[in-house]
Amino acid sequence: MIESNYIKMEFPSKSSNEAFARTAAAAFAAQLDPTLEELGDIKTAVSEAVTNAIVHGYPDTLGRIAMRLRIIKGNTLEISIRDWGKGIADVEQAMTPLFSTGGEERSGMGFTIMGSFMDKLRVRSVPGKGTTVVMQRFISPRQGKR
Amino acid sequence: MNINTSYAAGRLTVFLAGELDHHEARNAIRSIEELLDEYMPRDCVLDLSGLSFMDSSGIAVIIRVSRRMKTLGGRAWIENPAKQPQRVIDAAGIDRLVPVALGK
Repeated sequence: MIESNYIKMEFPSKSSNEAFARTAAAAFAAQLDPTLEELGDIKTAVSEAVTNAIVHGYPDTLGRIAMRLRIIKGNTLEISIRDWGKGIADVEQAMTPLFSTGGEERSGMGFTIMGSFMDKLRVRSVPGKGTTVVMQRFISPRQGKR
Repeated sequence: MNINTSYAAGRLTVFLAGELDHHEARNAIRSIEELLDEYMPRDCVLDLSGLSFMDSSGIAVIIRVSRRMKTLGGRAWIENPAKQPQRVIDAAGIDRLVPVALGK
């Protein structure tokens, strides 16, 4: 049984921080001894959530993004990505595959990918106040370990 | 990320290497579209063997190239995706739109 652990970090909504955020999340997740595939899923989901905060939370300004990672129930990674930006008026619509208000470099598949790579996905948003995405992923203990 | 190309007999192969995310996607789209304008290929192969990471912004790049090739009367497909990009392609369900070929 791993002891509960967490990190919190905050960074400005610059697109160059997308790579940093997913790499940091992977480094934290490493203590759960994930497979390469599980690590790839975590990096992808973090990349999507942080990109959404940058593109939709702060479309015209630079703002703060907070990432919190914690280990719960022994082997589950919980990821929370929060912004204090524009918010999403219609969360259900935003989560529909192919729906996008982003630019040409977005496909409208961000939430679909987060949903399929994570075990749980919850989105809370208040227009004008910001958006919080909370995701959970169970990391299966590997044979012969622990 | 890095983009390299090879061209032979109407087929342009675009080798994408590194990580393709939102930060890199806009430049990747520009570069590939310039290449398509320059070569006017019949087929465009996106070779992902050197791509270590891709998120849904990569999906946007692939779909855009595929649409562009259709308007040129040509075809586009993906070759040799590593495991992580393959999982993103599967989750997005674009294999119906853009074929994926494994190995050469």
